[in-house]
Amino acid sequence: MEFRDNKAIYLQIAEFICERILLKQWAVGDKIPSVRELAVQLEVNPNTVARTVEFLQQKDIIFTKRGMGYFVSDEAIEKATAFKKDDFLQNDLPLFFKNIQLLGIDFEELRGRFGEFQEGK
Amino acid sequence: MIQIKNLSFDYGKRKPVFRNLDLTLTEGNVYGLLGRNGAGKSSLLRNMAGLLFPTSGTCIVNGHNAQDRLPVFLQDLYFLPEEFHTPPVKIKEFVDVYAPFYPNFSRKQFLEYLEEFQLSDNEKFTELSLGQKKKALIGFALSTNTKVLLMDEPTNGLDIPSKSQFRKIIASVATDERIIVISTHQVRDLESLIDPIIILDNSEVLLNATTEEITERLCFKTVSNVTEHDKVLYSEHSLRGFSIVTQNTDNEHSKADLELLFNATLTNQAQIKQLFN
Repeated sequence: MEFRDNKAIYLQIAEFICERILLKQWAVGDKIPSVRELAVQLEVNPNTVARTVEFLQQKDIIFTKRGMGYFVSDEAIEKATAFKKDDFLQNDLPLFFKNIQLLGIDFEELRGRFGEFQEGK
Repeated sequence: MIQIKNLSFDYGKRKPVFRNLDLTLTEGNVYGLLGRNGAGKSSLLRNMAGLLFPTSGTCIVNGHNAQDRLPVFLQDLYFLPEEFHTPPVKIKEFVDVYAPFYPNFSRKQFLEYLEEFQLSDNEKFTELSLGQKKKALIGFALSTNTKVLLMDEPTNGLDIPSKSQFRKIIASVATDERIIVISTHQVRDLESLIDPIIILDNSEVLLNATTEEITERLCFKTVSNVTEHDKVLYSEHSLRGFSIVTQNTDNEHSKADLELLFNATLTNQAQIKQLFN
């Protein structure tokens, strides 16, 4: 995994897990890989993944069954969406605004391009 | 646990390498040991391994004084030096000779690591490149399953895919019962792996803190210009403006940039020490 420079690694791993959940690669009720499996896959310190897992538990995105590992919670989709949205509004959107202001792009142009983007899908 | 108390060390008449150094290392961590050339990283590892003796003070590893070099201490510690000698034998023969010193050595594990590094235990050390020798020894070090694993610049000489394999393997063996200490200058190679960070300079430990403790107190970011002079601990030019280290007053969750941290710590020793005490 390529980590970005601007955010704590444990939070970037949280986003990675949320994305898997939102893409339904890990479905509600599924067991997610263990802390160690994730640490090996992402080449990070297991303690960092442990911190991520604790963070996601607090957000009710995953839960633990004692001795069995971590599972995707029932409300994971909405909680993960809320977490990602919050993150987008706080971190990505201001940067986006800064760029469109700098480049003098108005909302009409954006609306048109967004339409094209949706059609392209 | 490794407890270093009041340790002083020097190589004869020259300026002391350590003066009354205190440091405690606990299980379940992969420590990153950083310091300038000559700051004493290797000397510290060698003191922990019982290969060098303090001039005063003690280094206690899992309850044993390192310099007593008791078998019970030696069988549960492995030190992989930066420069090493390999005998002109096959890898297999090397293992036959050295593995019996380590009761928890696993040949199965060793063969798996060799395979991952694309080596065979039938190969002779004399026919291997420096990087391949290093990989064989890293594989051996990890297969000893010692409680303490000390590695001096392990990624030096490794090719690009091997560095990634090395990170995966370390992540897989970093258990709650184990202390791993890695000294390195290649912080980019190991940035997401080493935690806590220890910085040595000026005969002492300037910093010994987890990434969590570091980013609680410090903020690492890139800004177009430096304005808040009072809070900036360190800044350097980068492509997008300035990379800066400031005190983390707004509870931000930035990513610890170890190169910036290192430079900030060396240029601002008193302030950093104050922040972390």
